[in-house]
Amino acid sequence: MKSTPTPAFDPVLDPNSDAGTSRDAIGLGQVAGKGLNTLHGTILTLEDISVSFDGFKALNDLNLYIRVGELRCIIGPNGAGKTTLMDVITGKTRPSHGKAWFGETLDLTKMSEVQIAQAGIGRKFQKPTVFEALSVFENLELAQKTDKSVWASLRAKLNGEQRDRIDEVLETIRLSASMSRLAGLLSHGQKQFLEIGMLLVQDPQLLLLDEPVAGMTDAETEFTAELFKSLAGKHSLMVVEHDMGFVGSIADHVTVLHQGSVLAEGSLEDVQADERVIEVYLGR
Amino acid sequence: MNQPLMVTAAQRAGTQVTVAVGVVILALLIALPLLSLLPESNSLQVSAYTLTLVGKILCYAIVALALDLVWGYAGLLSLGHGLFFALGGYAMGMYLMREASGDGLPAFMTFLSWTELPWYWVGTQHFLWAMCLVVLAPGLLALVFGFFAFRSRIKGVYFSIMTQALTFAGMLLFFRNETGFGGNNGFTNFRSILGFSITSQGTRAVLFLLTVALLAGSLFVGWRLARSKFGRVLTAVRDAENRLMFCGYDPRGFKLFVWVLSAVLCGLAGALYVPQVGIINPSEMSPTNSIEAAVWVALGGRGTLIGPLLGAGLVNGMKSWFTVAFPEYWLFFLGALFIVVTLYLPKGVIGLIKKRGEQ
Repeated sequence: MKSTPTPAFDPVLDPNSDAGTSRDAIGLGQVAGKGLNTLHGTILTLEDISVSFDGFKALNDLNLYIRVGELRCIIGPNGAGKTTLMDVITGKTRPSHGKAWFGETLDLTKMSEVQIAQAGIGRKFQKPTVFEALSVFENLELAQKTDKSVWASLRAKLNGEQRDRIDEVLETIRLSASMSRLAGLLSHGQKQFLEIGMLLVQDPQLLLLDEPVAGMTDAETEFTAELFKSLAGKHSLMVVEHDMGFVGSIADHVTVLHQGSVLAEGSLEDVQADERVIEVYLGR
Repeated sequence: MNQPLMVTAAQRAGTQVTVAVGVVILALLIALPLLSLLPESNSLQVSAYTLTLVGKILCYAIVALALDLVWGYAGLLSLGHGLFFALGGYAMGMYLMREASGDGLPAFMTFLSWTELPWYWVGTQHFLWAMCLVVLAPGLLALVFGFFAFRSRIKGVYFSIMTQALTFAGMLLFFRNETGFGGNNGFTNFRSILGFSITSQGTRAVLFLLTVALLAGSLFVGWRLARSKFGRVLTAVRDAENRLMFCGYDPRGFKLFVWVLSAVLCGLAGALYVPQVGIINPSEMSPTNSIEAAVWVALGGRGTLIGPLLGAGLVNGMKSWFTVAFPEYWLFFLGALFIVVTLYLPKGVIGLIKKRGEQ
């Protein structure tokens, strides 16, 4: 069953249409940090990705392109393959075939989870996962971008700059007052923010966020939306979310997954007007 | 804002008490061997039996601390630490046997009518090489085992079972006479160490002081590790290994480092145990010994540095009293102890003390 993804690209932003020249001209190609080649303005390229578990195709010839600095939302019914997609990008699951490139040069299908994380892809889990026995500050200290080898960790001492950066992120995620509390004692929403903070200090070029506002209050959700919008541009974000209100408030570009492949792509209004999307969601 | 201040005040008071208790215990441990040198007529004289008993418990305390580094901090429950302890002990025993037999072969080899030493005995008459073996034998075994186990991402109960199987295999191997380590009798009848009689009061006192020094050294290393970023990474390995990998850490190196360090500490403890107790045989590798070590750590409180020392002291102290007073009930008591700790004291005795302190 070959899927037919609907290209809903704005022609100017379609990386295939202009090979990124317009992007370079407006400087977007240089947003990503050093070491990552994003000459053509695409930070993540997934082509014909398939993953099957015991014959069940979790992903089926999936094609997805994420541009540098973009904030992309992925939606889809349960079992559409959203989490599997993140697993493939972060190296947790190997695709049975297909190509996955980070920038122009890094082949994600050949890298380990640790290498991918070090190359600059950060991931927030669906269930907030923080180091519960450590304090909020220590959680951020561990996540912070630095030499993460055994020897470096034995001798590591925070310098003033690193400390300032952690304080800054603590301020951003509104956890300054609880920086010495154990992370395990935080509320669900606070843990979500801490995990987002851990991604921020890690300073990745691409952030994958699996249901970041689950369990948050309305005020917290609103704040998260502001935060993500401020991150887009400096970082590329891929957000998997069920909360349509949240998706509407942040995304300029939405991808709908269904049965392991891309069903529709475009602005939220376009996607919501799409007949097949309505059919999938409402079962008509 | 009041609460955190109170907590830090309580913590500071707690630290002061801990330091004070530590200094008193250290002073007592240093005084003990000195008192053993007094003439027997003196009422303060400490008997050789007491000194050996306490020395033995101190060696066990080092094992408990080493086990806690991997279990309490990195979440790797080893049920085979007795193997590393015994390997260190055997390496020391090889030297002691060579020292006892002089230029000839160790007695048990003569009984087997062997005419020359197996290759792995070469150089064991030199104390320095034996000391290298004390570190290398457990260290290399742990390195190889750990490398493959962590590479295959074996964790949890599977890891525990594999370590248990490893020590059992070691025991079966060492039980064989052909292995060249004295079969089920192991090594005994030691005479001297570096030319000093092994049973003299002075030698015993020095060995005891060395054990105290090793314990203090292990405690210092553990303390430095626990306070470093390395220690926090270990805690993270224990609680959320996946998260840690997505933060860009490779957990394998961290696990391997602490695993080998722990094995080496056990080997050193074994090397000090053998000359004090005067015997090493394969029963030291029996799975029950390793499980008992886990009981010490659980009882004392894992994830703390003092807990395992306390646990090793308490259980072994009770054991020496119990096995004299009610020899047939000891194992039942040990079993009951483990159940009670698991059910009612998940954080061990240390957890209980801390709770009292906070109230």
